[in-house]
Amino acid sequence: MTLTHLPQPTKNTDSDTAEVSLSYEQVEALGRELDELRARVVADLGERDREYIYSIISVQRKLEFAGRAAMYVPFLPPVWLAGVGSLALSKILDNMEIGHNVMHGQYDWMREDTYNSREFDWDTVCPGDQWKHSHNYMHHTYTNILGEDRDVGYGILRMDRDQKWNPYYLGNLAYATALMVFFEWGVMLHDLEAENIVQGKRKWTDVKGLLKGMWNKASKQVAKDYIIYPALTGPFFASTLVGNASANIVRNLWTYSIIFCGHFPTGAQTFTSEECADETKGQWYVRQMLGSANITGSRLFHILSGNLSHQIEHHLYPDVPANRYPEMAAEVREICERYGLPYNTGGLSQQLGSTWKKIAKLSLPNFMTKDDNNVVVNIEREKAAGAA
Amino acid sequence: MANRIATLVGSLVEATATPYPVDRYLEFIDPMLTWRDTRAKVLEVRRQTDRSVTLTLQPTRQWKGHRAGQYVEVGVVIDGVRHRRFFSPANAESNRGELEITVAVHDGGLVSNHLREQVRPGEVLTLDSTGGEFSLPQERPERVVLVSGGSGITPVLSMLRTLISEGHRGPVTFVHYARTPDDVPYSVELDAIDRTVDGVDVRLHYTRTDAPEHFSAAHIADVAEADGAQVYMCGPAALMDAVREYTDGAGIADRLHTEAFTLAAPIEIDPDDVTGEITFSGSDVTAENDGRTILEQAEDAGLNPEYGCRMGICFSCTKVRKAGSTRNVLTGDIESEPDQHVQICVTAPCGDVEIDA
Ligand code: FES
Repeated sequence: MTLTHLPQPTKNTDSDTAEVSLSYEQVEALGRELDELRARVVADLGERDREYIYSIISVQRKLEFAGRAAMYVPFLPPVWLAGVGSLALSKILDNMEIGHNVMHGQYDWMREDTYNSREFDWDTVCPGDQWKHSHNYMHHTYTNILGEDRDVGYGILRMDRDQKWNPYYLGNLAYATALMVFFEWGVMLHDLEAENIVQGKRKWTDVKGLLKGMWNKASKQVAKDYIIYPALTGPFFASTLVGNASANIVRNLWTYSIIFCGHFPTGAQTFTSEECADETKGQWYVRQMLGSANITGSRLFHILSGNLSHQIEHHLYPDVPANRYPEMAAEVREICERYGLPYNTGGLSQQLGSTWKKIAKLSLPNFMTKDDNNVVVNIEREKAAGAA
Repeated sequence: MANRIATLVGSLVEATATPYPVDRYLEFIDPMLTWRDTRAKVLEVRRQTDRSVTLTLQPTRQWKGHRAGQYVEVGVVIDGVRHRRFFSPANAESNRGELEITVAVHDGGLVSNHLREQVRPGEVLTLDSTGGEFSLPQERPERVVLVSGGSGITPVLSMLRTLISEGHRGPVTFVHYARTPDDVPYSVELDAIDRTVDGVDVRLHYTRTDAPEHFSAAHIADVAEADGAQVYMCGPAALMDAVREYTDGAGIADRLHTEAFTLAAPIEIDPDDVTGEITFSGSDVTAENDGRTILEQAEDAGLNPEYGCRMGICFSCTKVRKAGSTRNVLTGDIESEPDQHVQICVTAPCGDVEIDA
């Protein structure tokens, strides 16, 4: 669909803060364009997408096997190191391009046992069903709404100027670093809402079931990586344990970095519950776009990031197979440009740099730091009276 | 002791694969090398008639065999999607060994046409355990009458072959209804059985010839009314009704055993037409369909199904549609395949629908 009669979005660029305003109808038209793009891709899903995900799983299995095997030769340090790398890569693929995407329901249409959103569980300590609640539901529904989307700071960090500052946040950088190193455990604890328990807003009895699920899942994961596989290498128990732990940590550093680039680089916006109440599908789309940020890179980089480097497309279409995001990105970007909306993207170092800079700045109270230059987007949320 | 060790090794292997089933690793080595899953390799594809295909399958070691008359779920991938259908093995009852299914092709039938046209020897299909109460009792009846129509032939053929291989001594009458002589799979074998096996009488009737023969009491009365004869029947609804009417009248209704096979006739659905009832089979609640999403209607009926976003993105609300057609309110797509998962927050019923909630 081409919109020939689209009124030009009003842009105000005289200050260093650009401003874009979209009417109610423009937002709805944008929503329809995005719906059509989705329908086109979904209608085309088939053998190619099945082959894609199975080929990724096959590579992941091979990497895992190679990594486990290399643990038997710790006396050849380069081989052992390559094994750690191989195992780390396997876990990265497992968590990102396979686990994250399968649990979003992206491959439910294949009607395959295991590889669907109901049955899949991934190779991390966080139980799949809990993650689906905190991520698929909470984060993807309430994306970047302060106080509702718990991915904004994970209940630990200050990630937005509108979060009230207090001295605890002086440790922002330290907390972020710890979260990065132990990311899989942070993700596991996410659904507990620990800070709400501390503040007495949530009772221990409410989280009993969650704790049990965590124990069940984490104990098996810990047994596998830190007891069974080390024991299977016999005399090399210790070096295998170190190797497995290292692979898990490398995976943590990577997944944290990719995920934090998704919503926190300069330019990604946050919202209030009031402005998002009763939003239309079009408005929901706009919020997803404004709150997300992409990372540019090679095909391999996109695969290793689980295509979360296409965070914007992922947030618009969380259940569309991720291997389709690259081809959708060009069109989404074109649509954004036509409506004058920002399309937040940049290289990994740029996005990562601005994310860490933000974490550092937000450890201080607002009066001590300067606001970033954001594009301000105003959208008309109510249909104008009398409009058709 | 050996058993204990095997169990221990088994759980160790499973622990090394956690959180995945071991088969999710083995399938990359060889799809026929399975730990728990049952699969089957296609050994032979035979096209006995213009409208059917017979597959000989070699199952993995998990296959526990079937009893004559039962069915098995076969899964095959078509354009990236795994479709599952029930078929009755046609071979004699067995505990292991090969498995033979004959699939009737119907116009527009996705799976049946695929099995006939695309499947080649060597392809691996998934199998799910057998089921169905339609089978010969352990204590075989002395006199047996087998009645079938169209593709209903397979379960009763399995019974016939079983009885023959067991050296059954009593009389067995095999009555089959097909459109024309060319539409009878296994016709060569049936003919040979008729001529060579003592006590077996094969009677074929054709419904689309110049002198069409539909079921009439005379076709089986002589054998069905004999003392203690048991009648096993599988076929289309019209045949089933006619036979039932006869057995009721003859006072032998208690000796009739049936298996309905329903051809999923494509039903025309008008999405704007709000009719029917929703049955929530998990909680025994039924409500008049009012056209809204299943989630809303379930809540109004006093149920509390799990949900999250209520807009089709989080998959928290997924439930199984056991039967009936539903419409995705976002895309307008209508789907009718039984036992499929649907997101009930963005799905509305079209006519009668059964949801497992
Ligand atoms: S409630 Fe989220 S998909 Fe239905």
